[in-house]
Amino acid sequence: MSEFFQMGGYAIYVWPAYLVTAVALVVTLVAPLHRRARIIRELSAIAAQQNNQHPK
Amino acid sequence: MSKNPDTWLARFHRLGSPPSIYLLAGALLPYTVIICGALFAAGLYWGLVLAPADYQQGESYRIIYIHVPSAWMSMLVYSVLAGASAISLIWRMKLAEAVARASAPVGAVYTFLALATGSLWGKPMWGAWWVWDARLTSELILLFLYLGYMALVAAIDDRRTASRAGAVLAIVGIVNLPIIHFSVEWWNTLHQGPTVTKFDQPSIALSMLIPLLLMAGAFKFHYLCVMLARVRVEILESERRTTWVNALVTQRSS
Repeated sequence: MSEFFQMGGYAIYVWPAYLVTAVALVVTLVAPLHRRARIIRELSAIAAQQNNQHPK
Repeated sequence: MSKNPDTWLARFHRLGSPPSIYLLAGALLPYTVIICGALFAAGLYWGLVLAPADYQQGESYRIIYIHVPSAWMSMLVYSVLAGASAISLIWRMKLAEAVARASAPVGAVYTFLALATGSLWGKPMWGAWWVWDARLTSELILLFLYLGYMALVAAIDDRRTASRAGAVLAIVGIVNLPIIHFSVEWWNTLHQGPTVTKFDQPSIALSMLIPLLLMAGAFKFHYLCVMLARVRVEILESERRTTWVNALVTQRSS
């Protein structure tokens, strides 16, 4: 197991490479999902306000 | 004679409508994410655990499993950017415009990853974080093209004009792609020559090729997931004031 993390002595090159890749790929995927949730939250708030101002 | 609203053409046109694309993308997204995750899991396990060490480079070669797919994606996404740009210029398709604008930042990320992981591989193997050889330099230029496209589109106020200017830049920059690809053959480069993308049998062991292809597939599905998510955001933003968005929003909060 420790051998795996050592990566034959190249650990300081291999693991940062994998780490920066993982972070970049996750952030790139999650960012638009969060943005969509935020837009819908904002639009809900606006719609709710309009309903309050013009109660049915 | 009035148009029958349910002709094939009418139905096809409706498929291209923003609400249809929004809903379709949303329906596909969970599946594409699962497939992406599965491909990454398989590729990473095979590449990091199962595949043997390289007789020359030892374990450091395993960076190949993120470096090469990133580089492939950096070029594939630029082709999509240029292609969508051409379509948006010729046929004025809104969807093509959206695909182009959405692709650029993602392509820039893949290009950055190719350069960064390449650098981390170059230091132990070549003794240098960076060399100005043809492959590395042309990939760096690719990053500048992506960033230049994004800056140009952001700098112009009118959305339409901005997209068209960006489209021209994207199309002109396509010349860089064959340069990147053939750089290792046309010039004396430190970067190694083609082992997979060439008109011959791949000169890489099968036990290493399979995880590489799995990771390439994982990256492609990652791009697909990101694009589905980004297109949904683009549609929501440009259609904020429409009734269908209003209905969607009030339906969720009820």
